[in-house]
Amino acid sequence: MASEAVPLTIHKSPLAVVYEWLGTADHKKIGSMYIVYALLFLVVMGIEACLMRIQLAHANSTFLSPQVFNRLFTLHGTTGVFFVAMPILVGFGNYIVPLMIGARDMAYPRLNAFGFWMTAFGGLLLYGSFFAGASIAQAGAAPDFGWFAYAPLTSAAFSAGHTADYWNLSILLGGVGSIAGGINFVATVLTMRCPGMTLNKMPLMAWMNLVLGGLILVTISPLTAAQMMLMADRYLGAHFFDVQAGGSVVMWMHFFWIFGHPEVYVLIIPCFAFISEVVPVFSRKAIFGYPAMVAATVSIGFVSLGVWAHHMFTVGMPSYGNAFFVLTTMVVAVPTGIKIFNWLATLWGGKIRFATPMMFAVGFLFQFLIGGLTGITLATAPFDWQLGNSYFVVAHFHYVIVGGIMFSIFAAFYYWFPKMTGRMLNETLGKWHFWIFLIGFHLTFDTLHIPGLLGMPRRIYTYEAGRGWEIWNMISSIGVIFQGVAVLIFVYNMVASFIKGVPAGNDPWDAWTLEWATTSPPPEYNFAVVPEVHSRRPLWDIKHPEDPDWKYE
Amino acid sequence: MSATSANITASEAPWQLPSRGKVGMICLIIAESAIFTIFVAAYVFYIGKSLNGPTPREVLKVPVVGTICLLSSSLTMHWAIAALRKAKTGLFSLFWFVTLALGAIFIIGTAIEWRHMIYQDGFTIQTNLFGTTYYSLVGLHASHVIVGLVGLTLVMIFALLGKVKPEHTERCEVFSLYWHFVDAVWVVVFTTVYILGR
Repeated sequence: MASEAVPLTIHKSPLAVVYEWLGTADHKKIGSMYIVYALLFLVVMGIEACLMRIQLAHANSTFLSPQVFNRLFTLHGTTGVFFVAMPILVGFGNYIVPLMIGARDMAYPRLNAFGFWMTAFGGLLLYGSFFAGASIAQAGAAPDFGWFAYAPLTSAAFSAGHTADYWNLSILLGGVGSIAGGINFVATVLTMRCPGMTLNKMPLMAWMNLVLGGLILVTISPLTAAQMMLMADRYLGAHFFDVQAGGSVVMWMHFFWIFGHPEVYVLIIPCFAFISEVVPVFSRKAIFGYPAMVAATVSIGFVSLGVWAHHMFTVGMPSYGNAFFVLTTMVVAVPTGIKIFNWLATLWGGKIRFATPMMFAVGFLFQFLIGGLTGITLATAPFDWQLGNSYFVVAHFHYVIVGGIMFSIFAAFYYWFPKMTGRMLNETLGKWHFWIFLIGFHLTFDTLHIPGLLGMPRRIYTYEAGRGWEIWNMISSIGVIFQGVAVLIFVYNMVASFIKGVPAGNDPWDAWTLEWATTSPPPEYNFAVVPEVHSRRPLWDIKHPEDPDWKYE
Repeated sequence: MSATSANITASEAPWQLPSRGKVGMICLIIAESAIFTIFVAAYVFYIGKSLNGPTPREVLKVPVVGTICLLSSSLTMHWAIAALRKAKTGLFSLFWFVTLALGAIFIIGTAIEWRHMIYQDGFTIQTNLFGTTYYSLVGLHASHVIVGLVGLTLVMIFALLGKVKPEHTERCEVFSLYWHFVDAVWVVVFTTVYILGR
């Protein structure tokens, strides 16, 4: 039964409200803070991208100096991975997963708060580097060595001042926050489920957050270790990456990518979760092949740990080394493909409703598939020898990150905003957002494959005319305008709907998972009565007592 | 057709979920193991690759006493928990103290060994690749032992104040998982540094 919470209007002073949010351990507030924090950094990241694309729109451009350009691409990548994508995905997981499993909160609420504040301070520390800048003598400026911070560029000899330390310490802090989150997700999903919710009856989002938590534990830790080694090198005179003492800089690459590759699966698995929730509801069908989806996700988690050196094909590993990683990278595409087939099979024969969340979900399906295919292209080592470090790689990963992750995040916003705020987002504005962003995304990133194939390297601040790259770069930069406009529409939609949107009620989408059984927004305690479930779609059972799911599962 | 009753209210079996503390601690152990794995990988990769400076054989003395103490401390910890479960709080305090003492002996032994290597042999983290990887790996382990000793001391204080009761067994078990992990890491580090790498 839906809880009938009657909100008490208590007048709180502004200071009390601030204190409440600063000291909260409630998963819904923490989830919201993660999401808002990430959105702020998304805007910053977008501005960095705009500046770079303005610089690259023309050949021989002098809009930005090479030093500033280097800082922009470093911060764009670092911010995007650690302070936009991870917080926003962890934020949604934090908010929704306890509700979905009928729990009162996450397993470790205070650890949850700790994780958020570590991440938050990490981001502030990274951007503090802009202010520390060249104005303080020898203090260094914002990091400028790329988001993978390859040794020996980050050594004390080649990165004077504290540039590298800003990168190192801010990510270290963020990493600790992420590990805290990982522990929390695993513990929550395993130990906080409501009665009747066996692992086999959890929503797929709960399964995926379980795999996410486990993957975070083994993914972030190698980076933490490598960063400790880097600090030892820079300050204690250690020789981990010191070639003159016999050390190896390729070892940094190995350790970084042992983190870096599973990290992208850490980013995409929550997106798979969003799609697995949205597609069934808007096809009016239960997800096709639940067990296969679980198995595929778990195997992606494991296989992703064995593919890292496909980022190092051009380093000169022996042929059997390259071959091994070509094969494992291709293997990881198999469970991913299974998931795509299952989503398509869910759509097949369904009664599809193209509300905004579904439009973004369908966009995800197409775009993630194409991004995956260019990934397989790059997985073929000889192909990568030509295309490695070119704009083809940039186009590939932006396809999966923007076309995949960003689209699924938008879908998640349109789907769960009503639950979190009690108001629907405006559908008309949503459709405008979708179409304009779609056009912008494709203008920018479809075209970028071509300069890559024509040989344009990444991370160059400008290029000479006459190489055939200009027209593609210009088109790509024009696409940014569309994406910017679309994001502004989205932000306006969120603000306006928050203030005067249509009230959503408990269950505006006629969905089936437990978060829709409570009010929008949920009361602090989530559920007045602990729910008991008997199938994968508890709300379907409640709404259709004559034909419950547990008869068929 | 369904053969089950139309109305399922009470579940057949009581609803059992894994222990929150144990799952959380195991997750922490997994993350820490990953960190140690990277340091071990660096150590193993750099075996024999130092360009100069002392070799392991020249400076390392196998810490037999310390190792025996640390590994035995896992056993005494286990006995302590068993005693607490049976409400023998006096025995629990005794075994807990022995665990703490054995851990302290290990750390003091390491400190003495390091003091000799640094001041007598002039062998530091800066000396060569062996120094870098040795001090970072063994040091990382030692820092985990110290954190464990802090926890052990806290519980010791509570036990001496008479605050530790049989109902706290589960919590002590969660802590003991951490201590057993520290021991297991030492087995790996010892094997890598003093057996494999010498």
